Parts: sequence; C-alpha cells; structure tokens
Amino acid sequence: MATATAEPRSVPTTEGDGHKHKKNALSDGQGRLAWILLAPTLLVILVVAGIPVAMSIREAFFQTNTGVDPNTGMIAGGEIFVGLQNFTDIFRGQNPVVGNYGTMDRFWNAFLNTTFLTIVCVIIETILGVAMALIMAKAFRGRGIVRAGILVPWAIPTIVSALMWKLIFDSSGVMNRIIGREILWLADTGASFWAIVIADTWKTAAFIGLLTLAGLQTIPAEVYEAAKVDGATTWQQFVRITLPMVKPTLVVAVLFRTLDTLRMFDLPYGMIGAGKYRVETLSIFAYQEATQERYGPAAAYAIILFLYVLLVAFLFVKILGADVIGDADVPKKKKKRKGDQEPAGPPATGLEMAGGAH
Amino acid sequence: MSTTTEVHEEHTTQEEVERLAHPKRPLKARIGVIGSYVGMIAIVLYCIIPFYWMVVSSLRLPTEGRSTELIPSPISLENFQAVFSAQNNFGRSLINSVIVAGTTTILTLLFGIIGAYALARLRFRGKGAVLWLIMACSMFPLVVLLPPLLKMFSSTEPFTWFPYWINTYQSVIIPGLSFALPLAVWNLTAFFKQLPVELEQAAMVDGCTPGVAFRKVILPLAAPGVFTTAIIVFIGAWNEFLLALTFLQDASMQTATVAISKFTGTTGFDTPYGTIMAAGVLVTVPLIIAVLLFQRRIVAGLTAGGVK
Repeated sequence: MATATAEPRSVPTTEGDGHKHKKNALSDGQGRLAWILLAPTLLVILVVAGIPVAMSIREAFFQTNTGVDPNTGMIAGGEIFVGLQNFTDIFRGQNPVVGNYGTMDRFWNAFLNTTFLTIVCVIIETILGVAMALIMAKAFRGRGIVRAGILVPWAIPTIVSALMWKLIFDSSGVMNRIIGREILWLADTGASFWAIVIADTWKTAAFIGLLTLAGLQTIPAEVYEAAKVDGATTWQQFVRITLPMVKPTLVVAVLFRTLDTLRMFDLPYGMIGAGKYRVETLSIFAYQEATQERYGPAAAYAIILFLYVLLVAFLFVKILGADVIGDADVPKKKKKRKGDQEPAGPPATGLEMAGGAH
Repeated sequence: MSTTTEVHEEHTTQEEVERLAHPKRPLKARIGVIGSYVGMIAIVLYCIIPFYWMVVSSLRLPTEGRSTELIPSPISLENFQAVFSAQNNFGRSLINSVIVAGTTTILTLLFGIIGAYALARLRFRGKGAVLWLIMACSMFPLVVLLPPLLKMFSSTEPFTWFPYWINTYQSVIIPGLSFALPLAVWNLTAFFKQLPVELEQAAMVDGCTPGVAFRKVILPLAAPGVFTTAIIVFIGAWNEFLLALTFLQDASMQTATVAISKFTGTTGFDTPYGTIMAAGVLVTVPLIIAVLLFQRRIVAGLTAGGVK
C-alpha cells in the first residue's frame, strides 16, 4: 500500500534528468491521439455535467408561471423570466424559519447550517483522523485488521448509516441509555445538530486517517533519527517534521472532506428528515424546492451552493496550497526552460494551474 | 581468592548473557508500543460498535425494535423475513440496485480506461485544463443537476419534446456518470502511471502499434487497477441516494437505498427499526465482504484517488 501511494509522487524523478521525459516514445506529436482518446470521456462529462449545469444556471433566472393567461383565462403554465429575483428574494426574508440561530430566512438558516456543520465536522474528523494515522503508523502488527475495520464505516451506504444512527439516537435508544439522560436527538432540537456531527464523524474520520497514514508512510525514518540526534522532543518532531511533511496529503484529504460535507444530504435527510430547520442543509433545501416544482429558486440555491464549493476549493488551493492535480507532466504555465536547467521543484503544479484556471 | 573472583566473573558474564538475550527497551518505547495497541483496539471498536448495533438490532424480535439489550434474546430472523414481505418490494429493489450500479460501473470503465490512459501517458497541450475539468466535475454538488433534469425528465413545459424518463433506469445512470466517471479516471490514471512506459516502448520496438501495445501489454497488467476502480465505482453507485430518490418514485423501480428509507411498519405509525436494520445489513454485508477481501487494493485505490 505504501509503495502504491509513494509511486506517483516519485514520478517527477525523471524530471531531474530533463532530457528523458521529452523523449517519451508515446508522446512525440501524439497530441491528436490524446484528444481522440479523451473525446468520449469529455463528451460524457459535457453531456451529463456541463449541459445540466448550464441549464441550471439558466433556470435560476426563471420561475414557474402561475399567472393567468389574459386570452384564455387559464393558468398560464410554462415559465417566465424573472431576472435576478430568485437571488434577491433571499435577502427579502419572505420565508422566516426558526433554527439554531434564531429567526431568519430559510435560505440563510440552511446556509449557516451547512457552514457550521462543515466546520465542526471537518475539524473533529481531521483531529481524530490524524490521531488514528499516528497510532496506525506506530503499530507493527495488526494493521490489516485495523484497516479492515476502518473500511466498514466507509462501505456502509450513507442512508443506511443514517437510519442506523437514528435507531441509536432514538429517545429510548441506546445512546440515551449510555449517557443516562433523556435527550430528544431526533426531534429537530439543538441536539439534532450534534447527532449529525457524531454520525458524520463516525463515517469519515477513519477515512481521513487512512489517507493520512499513506502520507505518513512516505516520510523517511532518517529524518526522525536526525531529529533525535539533535535532541528534538516528541512534540517538536510532530510539529516540525510530521505535520509539514504530511501536509500535502492531509490538505487534499481535508479539502475533499470539506467539499463532501458542504453538499451533505443523505445523513440529515435519513436521520432527522426533510424540512427540519435545525439540520436543513442547502442540498436538502434545494431538493425540496425542486420536488415542489419551484425549479427557479431551487436552481438559484443550488448554484449558490456550487459557487460556495468552488470558493472553498479555490481558497484551499490558494492559501493552503492543496495540490489536487499533482501531475508532474503538466507543463508550468510560465516559461519552458530547457529540460536540464529545470530544477526538480516540489510538486506544486496543481497550485500553479489553479492560478491560471480561475 | 582466585576461585571467588572466578565465580564473580562467571556471575557477571551470565548477567551479560541475560541482558543480551533480552535487550532492554527503554520504558518510554514500551509504553508507546502498548499505547499504540490500545489505540488500535479503540479505533477498531469505534468503527465496529455502531455496525454491531445494527446487526444485533436486526436479530431481535420485530416487537423489540428499540430494545437496548447488548445481545438479542431470543435471536430471531423474523426481521429478515419481514424485509422480503410483499409490501416492501425489497427483492425487486435489490435487482434495481444491481442493474443501476452495474451499468454505471461498466459505462464508466468503458469511457474511463481510454481517457485515463491518455492522461497517464501522453503529453499534450491543454492537459492541465482537462485535469482541472475532471477535478471540478467531481467537486460540484449533485443537487445542481436536479432542477433542470427533474423538469426535463418529467417533460414539463419547455421540455415537452423530451421523453418521460421518471422511473427509468437511465434517469439515474446517466446523471450518475457525472460523479462516477471523474472518480474512475482519477484512479485509473494513477494506476496506469505506475506501469513503466518502457513496457510499451519494448512492445513497439517489436512492431506493435500503440493501440496493440495498449491492448496486449498494458491492459492485462492494469487489470488489478481496473478491478479496484470497478469496486470503488460500484460501491459509490450502489450507495447513491439523491438521484434515485428524486427520479425513481415508483416502488417497482426504486433502488435498495431508497426502498430502505421508505420502509413503513404494518401499522404505519411506528418506525419498523428491526426490519430497517435487517435490510441495512442485507445491503451492507456484500459490500463489507468485498471490502474485506480486497482491502489492500481498495486502500491503494482510494489513496491513489485522494492523494494521487
């Protein structure tokens, strides 16, 4: 496993003796072949993602027409262009609900739920995940069993795990029996928020641990030996060696978890239900609007969520240097130096590309 | 005098031998090892206990759905029988799940393998843009697709020309490709990159065209990677909920995940936890067996996808 993950990272070594990678036998003048091979994939992505997203953006500027047709006197049906109204309605507060943060528009309530759920879940998951990875890295035997155990929460369908936690958090369920109190976890109370956090953490903390472990295993033992010789304490080793060296892996893992949590749907829907304002996420809100044929507002909320996700991803790449692409073959956008002059720099290609792409 | 010193010397050597036989680890390291084992047990328990609760809850009598006994008494399989009662339509929904997840996996691999090969091996203008496009595609929230697709598939107003696709397999399979394909391309690219390019070079020196070199040399060697990707994509598609919930409204077309979420008891008032847990176990156990059998590969695949 360790080698499997280490491999792609060590690919850039060919970059050191620059001439070699230019002479890749398969790559000379085969840009056309590449595009032919990629065409099916790109076409599918265009059809199943590109076009629907474009349609969704268009949809966000329309509303279902419920007015009366002046000629026939029937309900007009169809759709009418409303400009930015679906977006500006968010600020009108026409749909106040009571959530965790007092009375506010349903959109903002969902927005805050999504944000706080993501922040709380990701922080807890990261801490637990890193702790797990450190423990697993120390062990000599039994790693296989732990890895198998860790994959169990990952393999369970989210909706099944939601129902499982629903039983655990039932008012007369086992959680209340353990803590010896009668908390109404599922009744759309403040406790519901924490029930979701616990369930989500359970399903994914171990996963972060697994990814972090892969990163830990690429750190050479010599580094620690050198630090020990220099008299570094365990804590210093952790802060000065482990964290910086595992950071590229960890940042990517945390980024993926963050994006996943931002679009959370199954867990609150299955555990607490739809239309429960204490745990309603943007995905649930948009889903509800869409299924009630309020397509325009639904599209507007979904687009806002999409932009939110893009912004978070962008910040991760810009500020934390998440190297999501990590492809040494992607040429740097600036100047192309002669191969042998090129320093074998860190794999920061993804970062560079992001700067260009957005 | 001489004898006593001899004895003394003997004594020390014995001690030395003993010390050499049992090298003394520093106390700190020993605590560390014990601590790591305790930690590992804690991790496994943390991951397993909630699942254990699901399993034992499925083995109770249906009337004891909310019981908090650690071991069900008596152990009963009635819940599993109830899962397959006519009103739940669960057998049908399992078949639906297999069809949907299977088709998604096959289509994804078909498109993904050639695309990933190009990304792993060929050097071309715009490669960075393609990688970013695929990455962005795996990032966007699925709910963005819902409003236009729901409108389109139910052929309402501006899409009256479009066939009515609600309650069809393709209404879930095709949008499902939007998350499955990036995942597959990402994993497969990492796997193809691990194979040395010299393999194809050798084949081409022997007179193969690049196409033949790919088919005869690379594809067989990449089979484990393809297989792993297939498992990961299949599990992802099997677990998919939002699309199936939206587009498959008819009970006979529902996938297993949606069916479970809609289970109702015979009375209709009380949540039939026993039956739900039994169905959950039935849906999960095949995945867990697959995961346990192929855990090494899956972990390698996941880390390849998430950490490259």
